[in-house]
Amino acid sequence: MANTLSSDQGPQLSVSIWRLRFRAFKGDHAAVFGSLVLFCMACLCAMVGWIELALEVSGVETDLLTRFEPITQQHWLGTDDAGRDELMRLLRGGSVSLSIGFIAALGASLMGIVIGVVSGYFRGKVDMLLMRFTDFIMSIPSLPLLIILAALDLTKLGFSTEFVRSGEAGYWRIVAILILLGWPGVARLMRASTLALNGTEFVLASKAQGASHLWMMVVHVIPNAISPVIVATTIAMGRFILVESALSFLGVGIQPPSTSWGSMLNNAQELLVSDPPLAIYPGIAILISVVAINFLGDGLQKAFDPKAVIRR
Amino acid sequence: MIDFALKRSLGLIIVLLLTSFVVFALIGLMPGDPIDLLMSANPNMMPEDVAKLKAIYGVDQPLWTRYTHWLADALHGDFGFSRIQHRPVLEVVLPALGNTIILTFTAFIISAALALVLGTLAAVNQGRLTDRLISFFAFLGISVPGFWLGLVFIYLFAVKLGVLPAGGMPRADQPYPAIAYLVLPCLTLILIEIGGLTRYVRSAVIEALGQDYIRTARAKGQSESRIVWRHALRNAMIPIMTIIALGFGHLLSGATLIETMFGWRGMGRLIYEAIMGNDYNLALVCLLFTTTMVLIGSIIADVSYALLDPRIGLSGKQR
Repeated sequence: MANTLSSDQGPQLSVSIWRLRFRAFKGDHAAVFGSLVLFCMACLCAMVGWIELALEVSGVETDLLTRFEPITQQHWLGTDDAGRDELMRLLRGGSVSLSIGFIAALGASLMGIVIGVVSGYFRGKVDMLLMRFTDFIMSIPSLPLLIILAALDLTKLGFSTEFVRSGEAGYWRIVAILILLGWPGVARLMRASTLALNGTEFVLASKAQGASHLWMMVVHVIPNAISPVIVATTIAMGRFILVESALSFLGVGIQPPSTSWGSMLNNAQELLVSDPPLAIYPGIAILISVVAINFLGDGLQKAFDPKAVIRR
Repeated sequence: MIDFALKRSLGLIIVLLLTSFVVFALIGLMPGDPIDLLMSANPNMMPEDVAKLKAIYGVDQPLWTRYTHWLADALHGDFGFSRIQHRPVLEVVLPALGNTIILTFTAFIISAALALVLGTLAAVNQGRLTDRLISFFAFLGISVPGFWLGLVFIYLFAVKLGVLPAGGMPRADQPYPAIAYLVLPCLTLILIEIGGLTRYVRSAVIEALGQDYIRTARAKGQSESRIVWRHALRNAMIPIMTIIALGFGHLLSGATLIETMFGWRGMGRLIYEAIMGNDYNLALVCLLFTTTMVLIGSIIADVSYALLDPRIGLSGKQR
């Protein structure tokens, strides 16, 4: 897919669409700033183990002699109600919150892409059934359903008791729930794009040459319909981080000893009078990361579709 | 019109039946069943008693049998008993529904009205300081965790300043006037909703301002305010109505969180308590009521399209 530009653009005559998009993205300062912030946060969270060693503090070990310490040289954001370093807790919580948002957004997109492309490509009964199902999921108020799903007893679904009690299960349960309720938006986008592509010449040409359904969908349809999906995935990551934090705040998400920004806020709710900063920091961390992600999403949208006005 | 009403009510019934079945099945997967709970409360129970009770309550039956039983009772107006409140479910749900309607409607109307004004203002001043400020705050609004905002408000207004109650419902023996209890939950809900709505209104109005009929209106020499409020905003209302109606479900989800943290005795808090307290009858009925409210919201949106734009019939086809 090459775009030929007029000669006043210099010696470079043909530029790929992705290069054009990258240029447009680079010109958007908010988006570049957002992605930098997000990248730095992700790196810091991923390296929390080494940072703890370097600063000789711990976000895990409890120390009852150093509870509720203010900001000191050793503890940059003070300590929490169990004497753990608040900054390291934030980084540990961040690695859970950010990775849940990222994995769930990718998973929900994949599911939405598959369902949307199948629906739009085959049309007819398959389409009707899948779209009714999508409407159904979208019409149930999500948070109550999320709470029910988060409170399910996994042993009744055939998982072993050891797995259910482990921290892993709590993590993957949230990811699975977010994916299960998060795909309809992408599915609708993908279906609309697929319907539009069905009648185009290159799709017809490929069909005339005897391409299989799978080949058509994977090689021709999906790559040409992917840009709105990339934007939607970015936005979904921000939304999933907010939903995860809400569930953990209500006590049905990430459970101790694991921690996420939401579960830190759940804990801090009772300490609002005695140590209010503990209730402020995790919220600011969520706010910064979601703002960064939304900047990124807006920037991508502008770069992919310069004419469209952002609607969301 | 009758055709439309029939079609939509049929759709509503199907979704409600599906929802009730899915939630019924999910609730069967929640930890413990009613008899396990009785057993844990009474150590003297014998295994035979347990089996007998399970037979009486029908817990030993397969899912489909239990569901059809529940459905038959529900269709007769019997939604069962609430386990935590020891009262018939409807008696618990209806007052909570009233409280939720007070909270969400107040927040809904204020946020929709403010978003219309702010979004239009931003669109008219596109690129200028007013637009930048409004857009920036709208952006913060879609990125902030609502419950955290609630926590900050509780800290500021209840703990620090002491001017508003931290939560709960109005009661006669409290020092605050009744309306004070509505302020913080309502404010939090409005701030969660308003960002997304404002962004949407802004883009819809910008799009409308670029249309040919606006140029025509300008050429006729109409005043700028008339162009904006009469021509642009009116034509932008259709996409705006969609998002406002769809936003209603979002609002109810938000209310679950806000009601829980502020102790507002509405449906959201009731659902949370019911699920946490293994009160399955109550949770199921609450969820059905909220789903009905969301679906009615989307029907209202469809009717309002037809009222706002004579080109759109209720069948959804362009005339």
